[in-house]
Amino acid sequence: MLETMRPDPTFYASPRIAMEAPPEKVAYTLMLSPDFSQPDGLAVIDVDPASAQYGRIVHTVTMPNRGDEFHHFGWNACSSALSPMSGHAFLERRYLIIPGIRSSRIYIVDTKPDPRQAKIVKIIEPEEVFAKTGYSRPHTVHCGPEGIYVSTLGGAGPDGTQGPPGVFIMDCETFEVRGRWEIDRGPQKLHYDFWWNLPRDYMVTSEWGLPPQFENGIVPEDLLANRYGHQVHFWDLRARRNVQTIDLGANHQMALEVRPAHDPVKEYGFLGVVVDTTNLEGSIWTWWREGGRFHIAKTATIPPEAADADLLPPLLKGFGAVPPLVTDIDLSMDDRFLYVSCWGTGELRQYDVSDPMKPRHSGSVRIGGIARRAPHPDGRPFTGGPQMVEISRDGRRVYFTNSLYSTWDRQFYVDGVLPGAAVMARAGENGGLELDPDFHVEFPAGYAAHQVRLEGGDCSTDSFCYPSA
Amino acid sequence: MSATATLWLLVVASGLYHGLNPGMGWPLALSAGLWERRGSAVFAALVPLAAGHLAAMTLVLLPFAALAVVMDWSREIRVGAGLLVVAFGLWRLVDRRHPRFLARIPPARIALWSFLVALAHGAGLMLVPVVLGLCTADPQAGPAAAAAGNVAAALGVAVLHSLVMIAAGGALAYAVYRWLGLKALSRTWFDLDAVWGASLVVSGAFGVWSGWH
Repeated sequence: MLETMRPDPTFYASPRIAMEAPPEKVAYTLMLSPDFSQPDGLAVIDVDPASAQYGRIVHTVTMPNRGDEFHHFGWNACSSALSPMSGHAFLERRYLIIPGIRSSRIYIVDTKPDPRQAKIVKIIEPEEVFAKTGYSRPHTVHCGPEGIYVSTLGGAGPDGTQGPPGVFIMDCETFEVRGRWEIDRGPQKLHYDFWWNLPRDYMVTSEWGLPPQFENGIVPEDLLANRYGHQVHFWDLRARRNVQTIDLGANHQMALEVRPAHDPVKEYGFLGVVVDTTNLEGSIWTWWREGGRFHIAKTATIPPEAADADLLPPLLKGFGAVPPLVTDIDLSMDDRFLYVSCWGTGELRQYDVSDPMKPRHSGSVRIGGIARRAPHPDGRPFTGGPQMVEISRDGRRVYFTNSLYSTWDRQFYVDGVLPGAAVMARAGENGGLELDPDFHVEFPAGYAAHQVRLEGGDCSTDSFCYPSA
Repeated sequence: MSATATLWLLVVASGLYHGLNPGMGWPLALSAGLWERRGSAVFAALVPLAAGHLAAMTLVLLPFAALAVVMDWSREIRVGAGLLVVAFGLWRLVDRRHPRFLARIPPARIALWSFLVALAHGAGLMLVPVVLGLCTADPQAGPAAAAAGNVAAALGVAVLHSLVMIAAGGALAYAVYRWLGLKALSRTWFDLDAVWGASLVVSGAFGVWSGWH
């Protein structure tokens, strides 16, 4: 039964209430077969320190198909259901919506009654997504006012280039695909991430590239010609209309993760840019709304690190340096600390963003990296670098995995990013970051690890409608 | 107690019921207070909420009050209206999904939201049998007087109901804002959808019953 008499206890009216909720006991992590020889899956990791199985995979859900390429996923419902205007206060945070970025297939996985025995309850085949939306390559999933919103990276046609990608909506009870979200997309032609401020009624979307630019690996000529995405789009959420587009400058290639302040009173947020083609820097941008207009400014940069060409993949040999490659960012629930994955250099950075216009580098852990190859503190090797990062609601535990995307993994890490790993860093109450030597989950043979979702919500799933005040 | 007094009591009771139901908007008033960090903002938000609810009530009740002028068909009208309300209630019981267009209203349009939510949930319909009960007060008066009386009764019901509704919802919103804290929002938010549907059925059944007697 989907409806209950009381709101789901994992719906939190404000970010502050979310922070006070009991700690997570289970983490769901996507596992993918980078050579497509096995079906992708969902790993259930025990993160309850009191459990005998702490830090281990206790269950896996294996999909019936191969080659889906799992990337990002999300819940059918979250704290946004407590919107004062909502008709959805009695949904349950129960189903994980898992899109295959390569296959365009979507799995609905039920995590109840036993979160450790999650199972597939529905599969939406790619043809349905194509027919009802004209989009392909579903990517990011958020629960919101009109149901489940799913962003896509591809348009129609076999290579996903016939028409622009965008966002489509699914019914949050029946999981029927409803159709496109956009009514007027303005100049938006590329897509990656999206998020919003629900009470202020705006959405922010970002850009990666079209499927031919990522499916077979990064296209160096496109990168050097600045043909990946470098714009950020602002939308009227209810009117489904583009209201403003800002170009970051063509050299700022791949504007990926969008992280608005959790407290809806605050009208700002952050954006991570993978690489600046003029100097290999990664960068953090802060956007804000003032006088009804959106503004954005580069507020932090991360320089490349010089490295011996022998340690570099062919793609980077000519540069003699490793770019940080900012592939993910995440903002703590109190809007105080921004975590930045430098997947290339093997560093997870913590920034104090109490002043969002002046991020202050407040902590760091080093692990993996193209040239550095730093081991985990438990002595075991760590391939890849910090990638998808997820913060516990209380802000004290920062989980992350090591793999980016199958074909890109092999380009930047020539031996691939296996085994898949999920590790955790502990954050101090007032900043500072340290890897936990006792938490190092190794994935089953042949499986890479991607996004982490925490039981009861985390810092990149929930949207709040009431201020923390 | 006279039948008329009972009917007016029902108007007050339904006002309390709609006001305390989070689905009719008091969380919006709470939200407004928290955004502006002022208790007065809670009350300011009650104005558009009340206006929207009152407009929806009036829109639904007036046509039925006008219809009640046709005294010869009083029984048929009451039974028909009662059956309509029962059917709407049954539909709400079977199909619990909320109309999607409600999710498309911008958060700043509180009055519009309140108006549409009251229409979509049948808040006005719930009072139709009560209004029809109050509409046949003076069969000796001429058609014009009867029409004026009926319109006055419908407006009276809409105004009294909306006042009680907004007082109850406003009191709860302020109590959560000032004393109980935001956590009380999810604690007090009960799923009234089934109860709501049943209330419509009961209200309609009352209309049918009163038509026969």
